Amino acid sequence: MRGDPAETLTLVYLARLRDAFGASSERVVLPAKVTTAGELRVWLAARGGVWAAELAPGRTVRIAVNHDIAQPETPVRPGDEVALLPPVTGG
Amino acid sequence: MTVRVQTADFDVTRELAALRGGDPRVGAVAAFIGTVRDVNDDASVRTMTLEHYPGMTEKALAAIVDDAKARWDILDAVVIHRVGELAPADQIVLVGVTSAHRGDAFAACEFIMDYLKTRAPFWKKESTPEGVRWVDARTSDDDAAARWSVAPRTKA
Repeated sequence: MRGDPAETLTLVYLARLRDAFGASSERVVLPAKVTTAGELRVWLAARGGVWAAELAPGRTVRIAVNHDIAQPETPVRPGDEVALLPPVTGG
Repeated sequence: MTVRVQTADFDVTRELAALRGGDPRVGAVAAFIGTVRDVNDDASVRTMTLEHYPGMTEKALAAIVDDAKARWDILDAVVIHRVGELAPADQIVLVGVTSAHRGDAFAACEFIMDYLKTRAPFWKKESTPEGVRWVDARTSDDDAAARWSVAPRTKA
């Protein structure tokens, strides 16, 4: 999905999730029912397949909204950059 | 404070000299250097590729250093983390801290490293004879970071 940046949200997939989803980023238009990071995760998991597997409730995936770690209730809006992060392994 | 994410190697002597900066208040310099091992989880490692999330990673590292400054009396800190393809024995990360006395420098250096391992967005991918694999997070790293939230030492 492509569109006006003012109306779309940019999703960024990192490390293992990028490999699993086969993309490093995409732009999406959020349905009206998706207003938080937690709802976004559920919406993406509903795509099924690898999305359902990687974003299942038991899987540890952190969500960052505009470069800050988000909680499930953190709002997401058009224009945001929302990243899905697998557990970190630096150092 | 200096925070850098780079593909190039770093010169520890030069970085620590810059950190000290001729500041006569400095009585202690603690440094940690992480390097690539040739074995992980019983598999030999040929190369390791590190990736980060540009923008967020630098921000997260700066927040960790700020947290350390709030907990201990430290004068300055440097964090340099490499990304890209690395080989066994290569340097990955440098954390350096200066303070008036060694206790603050030692503790802050270890704290920064423990938080970096569990909170900074970096990911390792290993190339082994069996193929390429993403490295799994370790619960021992979570335990190491959790120590600091049990009994945080407050600044005098």
